[in-house]
Amino acid sequence: MSEDHRLQISFVVNGRPVDTEIEPHLLLLDLLRDKLALKGAKRSCDMQVCGACTVLVDGNPVSSCTYLAFEARGTDVTTIEGLADGEKLHPLMEAFIDNAGLQCGFCTPGMILAAKSLLDLNPRPSVEEVKEYMRGNLCRCTGYKKILESIEDAAQRMQG
Amino acid sequence: MAIVGTSTRRPDYLDKVTGKGAYVGDLEIPGMAHAKVLSSPLPHARILRIDASKARALPGVFGVLTAHELGDMDPYYGSDIKDRPIIAIDKVRYEGEPVAAVAAVDLETAEAALDLIDVEYEELPVIATMNDALTDGAATVHQSNLCHESHYEWGNTEEGFAEADRIFEDTFTFPMVYHYSLEPHTVIARYDELGITVWDSAQHPFLVRNELARLFGLSLNRVQVVVPYVGGGFGSKSYIKIEPLAVALSREAKRPVKLAYSVEQSAKTVRRHAASITLKTGVRNDGSFVARDCQIRLDTGAYADNGNRVTDRCADQVPGPYLWPHLTVTSKGLYTNTGAAGSFRAIGGPQAAWASESQVDMIADALGIDPLELRLKNLGAPGDVIRQGKNPLDADIATGLKEAAKGVGWAGRGAKPVTQEKETKRGIGLACSVLNAGASPTSTALVRLHADGSATAMVSTVEVGQGSKGVMAQIAAEELCIPLEKVGVVASDTAIVPYDRSTGASRSTTLVGLAVQLGAKEIKQQLLDLASKHFEAPEDKLAFADSSVVFGQESITYAQLIRQMFGGPAGELMGRGYVTPQTEGPLKGLPVFWEMAVVGAEVEVNEKTGAIRVLRLVSVSDIGKAINPKQAEGQDEGAAMQGIGHTLFEELIYEDGQLLNPNLVDYRVPSFEEVPDGFETILIENEDGPGPFGAKGIGEGPIAAVAPAIANAVFQATGVRIKELPLTPERVWRALQAGTSGGHKVDALTEG
Repeated sequence: MSEDHRLQISFVVNGRPVDTEIEPHLLLLDLLRDKLALKGAKRSCDMQVCGACTVLVDGNPVSSCTYLAFEARGTDVTTIEGLADGEKLHPLMEAFIDNAGLQCGFCTPGMILAAKSLLDLNPRPSVEEVKEYMRGNLCRCTGYKKILESIEDAAQRMQG
Repeated sequence: MAIVGTSTRRPDYLDKVTGKGAYVGDLEIPGMAHAKVLSSPLPHARILRIDASKARALPGVFGVLTAHELGDMDPYYGSDIKDRPIIAIDKVRYEGEPVAAVAAVDLETAEAALDLIDVEYEELPVIATMNDALTDGAATVHQSNLCHESHYEWGNTEEGFAEADRIFEDTFTFPMVYHYSLEPHTVIARYDELGITVWDSAQHPFLVRNELARLFGLSLNRVQVVVPYVGGGFGSKSYIKIEPLAVALSREAKRPVKLAYSVEQSAKTVRRHAASITLKTGVRNDGSFVARDCQIRLDTGAYADNGNRVTDRCADQVPGPYLWPHLTVTSKGLYTNTGAAGSFRAIGGPQAAWASESQVDMIADALGIDPLELRLKNLGAPGDVIRQGKNPLDADIATGLKEAAKGVGWAGRGAKPVTQEKETKRGIGLACSVLNAGASPTSTALVRLHADGSATAMVSTVEVGQGSKGVMAQIAAEELCIPLEKVGVVASDTAIVPYDRSTGASRSTTLVGLAVQLGAKEIKQQLLDLASKHFEAPEDKLAFADSSVVFGQESITYAQLIRQMFGGPAGELMGRGYVTPQTEGPLKGLPVFWEMAVVGAEVEVNEKTGAIRVLRLVSVSDIGKAINPKQAEGQDEGAAMQGIGHTLFEELIYEDGQLLNPNLVDYRVPSFEEVPDGFETILIENEDGPGPFGAKGIGEGPIAAVAPAIANAVFQATGVRIKELPLTPERVWRALQAGTSGGHKVDALTEG
């Protein structure tokens, strides 16, 4: 790829402005992981099924493994590294810890970010609504039960 | 006990919810190159020629590995059977087998180099199925198509059949299943003049170390295997997988190399054995089991991997937890031109229980006996020898089964649940089995008590998600009488922590936990010696409480004792824990413990579509003592959900040796939508296990019993018996059609 084809993009990641030059085909996941050293988003299925690479773009969950970094220009991107308020964990993080809503943790950053977008849209979802919204995030360890309990608990904490 | 038995906060959770926890793919090693593998497009072919000269000449390429570069070593490896070459030599045995590997400055360059490698193949006849493998005069994958065979028997099965009133003979098949740990196989390897270091996503770091040392001719101390957090294993990262390839490539490229597989490559690297199991079972009219002949065939694919143990363990498990006067079991692991099969959670267990527990239900129906009663009548009780030459049963299956029946609302064979919906029918099914768990009792631990009274437990158990770091800390804190937050755990670095055989077979809490407890006890003995001198009192007048040794009204802290010993604010005490077959207690003989596999399921079957919905699923495990109850439940919930996957839809589909569904769109795994409305885990705690505080392992049982429980529920709902998995809507629909129009439908049940 010659230098001529590089694109300049500006966007905000976890509240901080980022200006960088990218190749047009660069994926958002690779930009975050390799250039910005944000390793929380994980690569797994590579085809927008598993949700391990989920990040929020202007608050909406996207699979960063199939999302061009260029498409993120001018947006506000949140990764798992940007969710805590300094030392203070986000209520979803607290709820996942207290309810054992994770095991190996590989799906967890994507799972928590997807859950955040759900609770932002629908602060008190029913179990059926959680299952429906979260079906794009796979977990192979937990059997999902304790993730459902974590999200329900987080919803209560966020109301609290 | 204040710490053990409490759902304490796991130390790994903070790392994981914040995204800070590092997995191998997150690591950067200075000078690291990136690797790509050229895979065989053919399932069985002779390699006539490989020309990698253009790839080697590509700028940015540091090294290309083919069989040619391995001429100075014996490049065959495997957990027991050394049949797998580091990279294909002379021929390929499955579609996807590594033929060449490139290390380059970046992945794009490595990918470009692969396109420049020219390989000429001569196709060989493909052994696509187990039937192909057994055909007279068929081509062979290796010298023979028989990888491993095991056989045992007692009594006289033929005489047993003569004594029986009824004989049932059925064949059940089980599909190839993919683990899909979200983190695919990933390794960083560094080979240099000092030795080998690998940063590895592995469950058995010491077995990886031993095999790499053997392959590359190094002493054990010169091979270091470092395992950070592992993104799921379920057996897929047991023994040794792509590590030798990465090390050989690093040797060739003369720098560290990262090899990160895709889901497709991982699915072809290891899977669960497909099975065909024929059971001939003789019973009396009163339901007494008399004799059983079990013929097992398992498809181990192109390489043995751990197929020999899977073949043995499936044989061990196929009789179920019953007392058989006469028994014959023959189990064969067969090679085919498909991706290798190895360990997968409860090795051999789901295949065995699928056949056994489906047939037990069929026998109950034919005899007109309640299937719960039939099982209870024939189950072994704790203390009974259910397998000759093995430790007696130490799990109370009958209690577990009754709990599951109660939990799922079992009300007898005739009492099936009612539904108001027109096109659906409901049913309840039960299943029970036992797993010979624990692998072997070979574990060690080192516990260090520091000069400030805090402690570090050093173990090789891999934190693969099961929560071992937390559990080991709980055990050490409880035994040492210090606060949980004062215990740290260092794990899974073979250069630092002492030996452990493996992380699998539900063994870590029991065996490594016991080693930690023994290490802590050794420290306590040292503290007693010190305190005895300090107080000038006999040891039997001393006690432990709150980081101190207590003598009457007086006490002295551990920190003070250590400082006294070393003459200042420094030093530490070390306690060793050795768990071996000679360890005092119940570890003599095998298995380490019998793990109960008990599940009850309620399903709803849509007769128009064949779709099954699992409404309720209850699993029961005998855990002895739950060190951390919430995470123990999580283990069983995860196992049960994986069981739902292979019961309802999971299946790797090979056609003529080509894998047709090597991705997550075509190979579906359970999502939130499969979570049953009622999903319960029951833990039995009698504090009678061989592990610390009476613990024994769990986490594998449910996966073995889900499929037969669901199929038995489908039978109660519809009267149709299906002997093949998965129970896809199409398969169920076809069975329903055949059942209603073909006269095969058995419906002795009345609406309850």
